[in-house]
Amino acid sequence: MASSIRVRAISSGDLTEVQVLIQHPMDSGFVKDGKGEIIPPHFIKELTFEHEGKKIFVADWGTAISKDPYVKFSFKGAKKGDELKVMWVDNKGESDTTTAKIQ
Amino acid sequence: MTIVYNGFRRLILKGGITAALTGFCNIPLGFAPARAAANDKYPEGAFTTKNQADAIRMLYGKAAEPSDKVKLDAPEIAENGAVVPISVGADLADVTSIALLVSDNPNTLAAFYKIPAGTMPSVANRLKMAKTSNVTAIVEAGGKLFSATKEVKVTVGGCGG
Repeated sequence: MASSIRVRAISSGDLTEVQVLIQHPMDSGFVKDGKGEIIPPHFIKELTFEHEGKKIFVADWGTAISKDPYVKFSFKGAKKGDELKVMWVDNKGESDTTTAKIQ
Repeated sequence: MTIVYNGFRRLILKGGITAALTGFCNIPLGFAPARAAANDKYPEGAFTTKNQADAIRMLYGKAAEPSDKVKLDAPEIAENGAVVPISVGADLADVTSIALLVSDNPNTLAAFYKIPAGTMPSVANRLKMAKTSNVTAIVEAGGKLFSATKEVKVTVGGCGG
């Protein structure tokens, strides 16, 4: 199965810019469906980025993150060809992990 | 009254433990539960709190002061409240975390980013907004809290289908 995570990590000088797009419904639990029944909450709670075993960015998310979440940040200390590990876990305990090469 | 109301609401939504936490934090100057900023744990209580000042207190145990060193980039008008692009940057040293709050959302805390040393104090993401509201960014730098707030007008709320 294809990964739910798409990562683009581009190194430029000392900085690596990371952009990630995840396929996830991010249901808040406040929205009703067509029949008027509440769609139960289903959202990513924690998104972690690791470079060489070290956490470089951790996102704790609530229900207000948009569907198919996107996040962008930059960090120092990586070079082209290094691996970047991305993991998420949601409120139902589902999770996904991927590894991307820094370009 | 607030305590009773909130407690009841959380009881329905999340169960007893959160209700207890929320209840405590509605008391002014009440003690703060284990802070997210101090450890790696997911700040469950702060994420299920309705009141913005309470959420900030639960997250950090103190209040933030407005600062022009915090750069909050948000649209003035968001046509679609389901996808509002928001980014935060900070002209500050030793940034350890960035939090984003939407004051009029059902749960005010939207995101809490931990920024280890070596990572830039800047983040971009997309938030859902139920209606026109203030968006607040809080940057924790050198143990102090700095904030910036901007109103975003929402034409179509992000809580519908």
